[in-house]
Amino acid sequence: MLRDEDRIFTNIYGFHGADLVAAKSRGDWDNTADLIKKGRDWVIDEVKNSGLRGRGGAGFPTGLKWSFMPKENDGRPHYLVVNADESEPGTCKDRDIMRHEPHKLLEGCLLAGFAMGAHACYIYVRGEFVREREALQRAVDEAYADGLLGKDAAGSGWAYDIYVHHGAGAYICGEETALIESLEGKKGMPRLKPPFPANVGLYGCPTTVNNVESIAVAPTICRRGASWFAGLGREGNTGTKLFCISGHVNRPCNVEEEMGIPLKELLEKHAGGVRGGWDNLLAVIPGGSSVPLLPKEICDTVLMDFDSLKDVQSGLGTAGVIVMDKSTDVVKAIARISHFYKHESCGQCTPCREGTGWMWRVMERLAAGRAQPREIDMLLQVTKQIEGHTICALGDAAAWAVQGLIRHFRPVIEARLEQSQTAEAAE
Amino acid sequence: MSVRRLHDKQPDSFAFTPENMDWAATQIAKYPEGRQASAVLPLLWQAQKQGGGWLSEPAIRCVADMLDMPYMRALEVATFYSMFNLSPVGKYFVQLCGTTPCWLRGADDLKAVCRRQIGERGDISEDGKLSWIEVECLGACVNAPMVQINDDFYEDLTADTFERLLEDLRHGRNVMTGPQNGRQASAPEGGPTVLKGDM
Repeated sequence: MLRDEDRIFTNIYGFHGADLVAAKSRGDWDNTADLIKKGRDWVIDEVKNSGLRGRGGAGFPTGLKWSFMPKENDGRPHYLVVNADESEPGTCKDRDIMRHEPHKLLEGCLLAGFAMGAHACYIYVRGEFVREREALQRAVDEAYADGLLGKDAAGSGWAYDIYVHHGAGAYICGEETALIESLEGKKGMPRLKPPFPANVGLYGCPTTVNNVESIAVAPTICRRGASWFAGLGREGNTGTKLFCISGHVNRPCNVEEEMGIPLKELLEKHAGGVRGGWDNLLAVIPGGSSVPLLPKEICDTVLMDFDSLKDVQSGLGTAGVIVMDKSTDVVKAIARISHFYKHESCGQCTPCREGTGWMWRVMERLAAGRAQPREIDMLLQVTKQIEGHTICALGDAAAWAVQGLIRHFRPVIEARLEQSQTAEAAE
Repeated sequence: MSVRRLHDKQPDSFAFTPENMDWAATQIAKYPEGRQASAVLPLLWQAQKQGGGWLSEPAIRCVADMLDMPYMRALEVATFYSMFNLSPVGKYFVQLCGTTPCWLRGADDLKAVCRRQIGERGDISEDGKLSWIEVECLGACVNAPMVQINDDFYEDLTADTFERLLEDLRHGRNVMTGPQNGRQASAPEGGPTVLKGDM
């Protein structure tokens, strides 16, 4: 288990104040200017060497992403945009950072922004998080009043502004280019890439979009050193991670743990174990609704990191762990996820717009036993036609949820169809 | 995607209050010159608040004029984002999360309470106090099942505590936001497993 002294988010549950004085007592904003004086390349190298991979779902190396920003300023401003549009089903970690550890995020914004030559940062908070947005704005106001933001941010000589912006209930705005479109005042529809945001992003200017957690861990990495962070977890999957454990466990919770913790240990140590005991486990969605579910046999041994979960055809995603015990109608559980994607498809690409609705309707019929057995293969084939044929990954995610179900629970669906056909024949 | 249309009965006009006009100016100032359209979501949101929880066509036009946007662009935004209510809602507007993590922990029981206490999805209760809809994941999954009522989250609900909560709101009694079972935020029930020392 991760030692308390290696935890980054020491106030994740909000037992202590979120205000600036309390944050400083936890080590936030401690000589930030010294870190900045080490230079842009130093900050980027620390984050690169720490092995930090993006915490928003895709797991792209954060330092590398920052290094894509143009080194020279061509007259266009550079922007850091923080993706606080947390809406992946099963995920509620950024919310805790915003309401209980906002200064870690703000200090991270300054360091990251400095490293990419940005003087302005927009934090895009999901619309429903009204109280979290207020908490964050309070922290921003405190930071300005204390000189930590503004013309000479934290006495570093670097001018830096942070603006809190918000969305209005569209999951798709968590996709970075949709988020930029939304921030520009348009419908949140993903952009075709290239050009990538590092060249043409917000207002046509070089932009980097990062998840809240990725940014909020940066100050601690810079302070304690890349090797400290890289020493946790294993190569390619380093550091600590906030896990959100929901569903059929005895005590659902968020917890910061070391990357690569066994799933079973995570659930038993922190969430009171699976309801009714480990043997009552049916399946786990390990990284938010966008990654395929895993049956119990895999959950017995799998480690919670990017590569281990990829090896079992799933993913760490956002580390939103959704647990289902044996009482779960797993077909219905996935049908509900299909409904989610149908509702959240932005409608831009035909395979996704039409396909998510189509998959949902078939899933509902499968759940109700009102389908022909051959439709299982037809559904699988349709998922393959959506996957990889859309601008963004929403279509892929919708397809993967269904593929995961068919991969691991095909006999359950078949038995249900057979049962309802027998019942029909008997009538 | 879902079909979202403007309400059939619209007010004649809409104008921001002077306070909201001042507030709007502070929002527009967050964005570079010429990029004022960026403020469309915050302004529409404020217009919805001022309009009693829903967004009328005159309000959408008013925001478009303020931001120098074609009406069509603002209308497009208002109909795209699901938090804009295009028809009236109750004084207490319940958004019930029905996505899988909440569903696994009893969101259907909460829906039954809504049907009993309020009516069908989208209906406004006879006293005008309550209305409800089902929404997608609200991002409080470890505190499932949960609902959002106006600006606040109410978490770790059961059919009983939810029923009482709606009754209390209806009768104007004080209610507690956040977890309804005594939990501290997202810590496990009964206390955290980590960070138990003095930090």
